[in-house]
Amino acid sequence: MTLDILKTNSSATIKKLNLPSDRKRRLQDMGVTEGTTVKHIQSNFLKSLYAYDVRGTVIALRYEDICNIEI
Amino acid sequence: MGNKTLNLSKDKVSVALAGNPNVGKSTVFNYLTGLNQHTGNWPGKTVVNKTGKFSYKDKTFDIVDLPGTYSLLSDSEEEKSARDYICFEKPDIVVIVLDSTCIERNLNLALQISEIHSNIIICLNLIDEAEKKGIFVSKEKLEKELLKPVIQISAAKKINMDLLKEEIYLRSFEDKKNNEISKIIHYKDEIENSLKNITDILPDNVSSYKRWVALRLLEGNSEICKTITDNFYLTENTDLKNVVEIEKNLLKEKNINVSDEIILGNYNKAKNISEKCVTFKKENHLKRDRTIDKFLTNKITGIPIMFIVFMFILWITVKGANYPSELLFSFFGKVENILYNICIEYNVPVFITGMLVFGMFRVLSWVVSVMLPPMAIFFPLFTILEDFGYLPRVAFNLDGCFKKCCTCGKQCLTMCMGLGCNAAGVIGARIINSPRERLIAILTNNFMPCNGRFPSLIAVSTMFFSSGIFLINGSLFTAFILMSVITFGVLVTFLISYILSKTFLKGVPSFFVLELPPYRTPQFTRVIVTSIFDRTLFVFLLAIMIAAPAGLIIWLLSNVYIYDKSILIYISNFLDPLGKFMGLDGIILTAFILGFPANEIVIPLIIMGYLKTGSIAEFSSLIELKNLLVENNWTITTALCFICFSLMHWPCSTTLLTIKKECGSIKYTLMAFFIPTICGITVCAIINFVSNILF
Repeated sequence: MTLDILKTNSSATIKKLNLPSDRKRRLQDMGVTEGTTVKHIQSNFLKSLYAYDVRGTVIALRYEDICNIEI
Repeated sequence: MGNKTLNLSKDKVSVALAGNPNVGKSTVFNYLTGLNQHTGNWPGKTVVNKTGKFSYKDKTFDIVDLPGTYSLLSDSEEEKSARDYICFEKPDIVVIVLDSTCIERNLNLALQISEIHSNIIICLNLIDEAEKKGIFVSKEKLEKELLKPVIQISAAKKINMDLLKEEIYLRSFEDKKNNEISKIIHYKDEIENSLKNITDILPDNVSSYKRWVALRLLEGNSEICKTITDNFYLTENTDLKNVVEIEKNLLKEKNINVSDEIILGNYNKAKNISEKCVTFKKENHLKRDRTIDKFLTNKITGIPIMFIVFMFILWITVKGANYPSELLFSFFGKVENILYNICIEYNVPVFITGMLVFGMFRVLSWVVSVMLPPMAIFFPLFTILEDFGYLPRVAFNLDGCFKKCCTCGKQCLTMCMGLGCNAAGVIGARIINSPRERLIAILTNNFMPCNGRFPSLIAVSTMFFSSGIFLINGSLFTAFILMSVITFGVLVTFLISYILSKTFLKGVPSFFVLELPPYRTPQFTRVIVTSIFDRTLFVFLLAIMIAAPAGLIIWLLSNVYIYDKSILIYISNFLDPLGKFMGLDGIILTAFILGFPANEIVIPLIIMGYLKTGSIAEFSSLIELKNLLVENNWTITTALCFICFSLMHWPCSTTLLTIKKECGSIKYTLMAFFIPTICGITVCAIINFVSNILF
């Protein structure tokens, strides 16, 4: 499964980041690492960004990227 | 850059401020240095290292505010500059500023820095915010875990700031050469083994950085490795190269991804520490933020609320600026009379009287009375929004549109900066990592009306659109017109960004992650006091530096006659056909051209152009000014065209120079000049054409 199917207000643990190394690195730096539990908060107008609760902060990711994050 | 050794005198100490974006580093910096560098609640505010000084007891400290970064190990500009500074410039002390409300994520950077530097102070900022959320951090436990001194402060509320100064002072006695870097994180055993093998053969000049250098070589990020080998003279060291290769392969065979393991090691430690040191006294400490977000960033209500918020700010600005504006007008009017009478009394030649009183003084007083009140109201309000943490939410709301235009959501933040000053917006575009998207942000920044144009827009809308329609009262309607102008600017930005993405700057949207920082209580009094004071001073200086000489020049242009016409008339007659075509006239166009150094002077220039020389027309209010404009054939169409052309014409000289500097290309500078100009001419011509048909 990938992160995009996660419903609002539900949580999941990230299994794998199937992203190019630079993107992966940036996400890891912001606390989105393998094994982190994230909670989907909401998406924005036109659904380009999806916001998640990650380690007590809110991180918004683009749709293309969350499709490549395994949960 | 070279391997710099310390060459600072004994009692001068270098201090670096590091931390995640949005933890209040700039507030700490401002407090320590007494400077009023503007701070804001959004990532990337500090794009370049800022330096300042402060003295405490017998020592002077050079302090550097590093850009906010999440890590030191990636390739973005900010991280590179922060990393290079800490690693190779070797500041005496690094103060790591952490946000007490989210220690876990913040600790990642603190742990990374503690691997390269020994003399560290952990500065837990925002303790007041944390307390409100029921989050308590144990200073003693944290000190024990990190083996570093911890100071709990609130820079905004000035809590414990003396303790921080004292700690910096005490730390300055540490001799960093003898100070080993303590090992805090223990990575996977296989990695530790490899690290040992590499550190064993690292030459002595790497000194206490051995473990860190070994980690980076093992990780193998080519850019970081290059900087390291260059700085520690390791390029020729083939033994080292071989060992690193062997260890890398060894780990590869065991299926260990070094970079992932290092990050995991870091975060596991961070989690572990935060579990030990942080207690949450409230069940759901994030509830307040989430509830606000439910409305402000909701996919349905987010954008309408954004409109209402900005409308409200504009309305207060329009309403509030009216009264002080009138006061200033009448005050300057009186002073002008007094000056004129003095000149007459002392038999000053008419020509010089005109030049000084009606040239310099009048333009100066105009700029001050029209520019000052709206800016003194708008900017504090905008800053309060910024402090609150609303701007990243605006970026979040609008990202969908930016993505459709194949650009970056951060462009929205540069546009907000552009509202203050386009040159600042252009520099601010550095926060965008992709060069293509950065260029688009730079080329379109001018569609945001800056400081210098905004008050003219307010003045003209107040004059021509404040009569109100239906039940909407005057100032609300003016605010509505202004809101429409800004919205129009945003729409044009989208359109031009889209066109550029499909033509000159082809490409797909790049990677984008956005942090929505916690909401903060704005520092109301500080914001209001400092921004009124700063703006006031700034506008006065500007008035003296630009408006006064410009007033002189334009007075000369309109009063020096060649045959029977003044020079200004020649110029404006020449431009008149083009002006008429755009619903304007020659004088207005001339004013825009002469306003190239600063947009503030466009309206005063227009007035000068319309005034018959020698006649003493007194202006004590906008109404009288409107009469002058109407006498010179201004209609609603002219006002509309003026507003549009003001929104869309060439950037001012400062902005253009900044663009040239930032892009390093004449081609893009020319594009930045012509794109808005062509848009402006087109839009004005269309408005004029349509209104000619309708009326």
